[in-house]
Amino acid sequence: MAASQVLRSEWTKIRSVSSTVWTLSLAAVVTIALGILISLLSKNEFDRMSVKDRLSFDPTFISFAGMSLGQLAMIVFGVLVVSNEYSTGMIRTSLAAVPQRGMFLSGKITVAAVLALVVGLVTSFVAFFLGQAALGPHRASIGDTGVLRAVIGGGLYMTLIAVFSMGVATMLRSPMLSLGILMPFFFLISNILGAVSATKKVGRYLPDQAGSKIMQVVTPLGDDTPYGPWGGFGIMVLWVIAALLGGYALLKKRDA
Amino acid sequence: MIEAVGLTKRYGAKTAVYNLSFQVRPGAVTGFLGPNGSGKSTTMRMILGLDNPTSGHVTIGGFPYRKLPNAPRQVGALLDAKAVHGGRHARNHLLCLAQLSGIPARRVDEVLGVVGLQDVARKRSKGFSLGMGQRLGIAAALLGDPQVLLFDEPVNGLDPEGILWVRNLMKSLAAEGRTVFVSSHLMSEMALTADHLIVIGRGQLLADMNIKDFISHNSADFARVRTPDTEPQQREKLTAALTEAGGQVLPEQDGALRVTGLPLPRISDLAHSADVRLWELSPHQASLEEAYMRMTQGAVDYRSTIDQKAGLQQELPPGAVPQPQMPVAGQGQPGWYAPPPPQQGGQPFSMPQGQPGPYGAPAGGAPGPYGAPSAPAGADANPYAQSAPQAPAQAPAQPPAAPAVPVAPAAAPDLTKPEDAR
Repeated sequence: MAASQVLRSEWTKIRSVSSTVWTLSLAAVVTIALGILISLLSKNEFDRMSVKDRLSFDPTFISFAGMSLGQLAMIVFGVLVVSNEYSTGMIRTSLAAVPQRGMFLSGKITVAAVLALVVGLVTSFVAFFLGQAALGPHRASIGDTGVLRAVIGGGLYMTLIAVFSMGVATMLRSPMLSLGILMPFFFLISNILGAVSATKKVGRYLPDQAGSKIMQVVTPLGDDTPYGPWGGFGIMVLWVIAALLGGYALLKKRDA
Repeated sequence: MIEAVGLTKRYGAKTAVYNLSFQVRPGAVTGFLGPNGSGKSTTMRMILGLDNPTSGHVTIGGFPYRKLPNAPRQVGALLDAKAVHGGRHARNHLLCLAQLSGIPARRVDEVLGVVGLQDVARKRSKGFSLGMGQRLGIAAALLGDPQVLLFDEPVNGLDPEGILWVRNLMKSLAAEGRTVFVSSHLMSEMALTADHLIVIGRGQLLADMNIKDFISHNSADFARVRTPDTEPQQREKLTAALTEAGGQVLPEQDGALRVTGLPLPRISDLAHSADVRLWELSPHQASLEEAYMRMTQGAVDYRSTIDQKAGLQQELPPGAVPQPQMPVAGQGQPGWYAPPPPQQGGQPFSMPQGQPGPYGAPAGGAPGPYGAPSAPAGADANPYAQSAPQAPAQAPAQPPAAPAVPVAPAAAPDLTKPEDAR
């Protein structure tokens, strides 16, 4: 069976359910809108900032502030793409049609990841330009050092969040269980670990904290993170690979 | 050709399928029967490579399913009619399956027409009835024009027209030389559709044989013999003669005799030499349902009990006398069945002559069932009216099971009885 057939089939599957449109557009709208809002607030706040804060001021990163909420919709997208198959029982039909489970999983994840990448990149560029416009005099330019890398990185970050969720959902199968673990993980645990100084060193190796480093252009003062933007991105990639391998191993040996 | 060899599947401590070996041959519809929880669906999933057997193996055309080249073009399956994403259109559901095996989109519209869903092709399958879901599932199975087809309960929820269509579809698929393997609980449907049967119970093989052989093996074929209603002594005479010749005779409710163990010509000869006229001498084959019940009665896992409605009865106000409950003889015991409603002209609870017994039947002294007085025409077939006491004279002529069968003389033929389903 040709891989192209699996890809076409998965593309039909993903475009023919409404949850795809809803979750992806929600991710884009929330990220962009919240980014503009926080950029506006930061512009008004700038004159009252301390010198230290002004030196750490990162207009690019601020325009991506909506990502922390928008990524939740990306998680839902990733979880639903995979767990839809299980909750409807469609997985039996799918695996009977594609007995090579590795090909089935890679086809599904490739299609969903490409779609997430397209949406993520568009979202990232729109959020950047609209955010910079809102920042007015404090804005950064796309040609500045590291800015283009950060903007493309924003799209990659959203994609990896979705793929990580797909791997986790492949392992857990149930949409409720997957969302119940991923949502608090990204929304609460990661933030709490990052806020408490004792656990900060652990927290920065979590996928979202490490991965979001790629969207930073200006390193905050006193930041002692032992990895750079690409280093952090690499750590996130490792998390994603681990989730996918776990999902693949379970799918391979488990009864459908 | 599907071939299972020593197929075993355990889920923890529970063995779902144990040491199952069978072959499903092309060119015939093979029925797959078994009580609920006997391992039918597990076996189907193992055939499709969805579940891994604990031991043993199953192959299709010599290949395990996962090694089968272009599996969806070789094997089509309907496992669960509701296993579709409810938000997806019927056509898109089939399209994504078609694209997997490189089937052109034209074929999707074709099979939608074949199963009669062309009008709802662009409706979300969420709103489909069970019958429409079954049709969609059958469409998916037919998509690749496969040589091997598996259907798990395909007629569930279908209307009579749909059932007839599925029956003819299965037969025509088999007639084209394909392998058709179908499970169902509807015995009468199986009797009409299947050529060959594989029966399992508690995950083990009970039978693997031609459907006609199955019925003959598991339920004695019998001859129905009827002597003139007006001369009961002729029937006694014939009963004695047949029993002497080695036959087994069971009186039926309407006065006919059910004879096993003797071929029809022999019965005729015996009647002739006993100088008994016959009104009827007909061959009968028991239904598939009877044969199936007899075979699987020891292997049923989920059996219903009497509903006691504990805690649901209303408390009686103090001082009130509880309504006496009508006793029902033998309820809850194996073999109990609801009596047919009293027939016209019948006397449900009392007989005019003799002393009323516990249920209004004559307590004694009344003539036995065979010598019963000429009761009013269309007399009572109600088992309460004619009860246990039997005249001793009849005892030797009757096989041990006979007293359980209430006999009413000169009754109209009982239409409620399951007859030949074939």
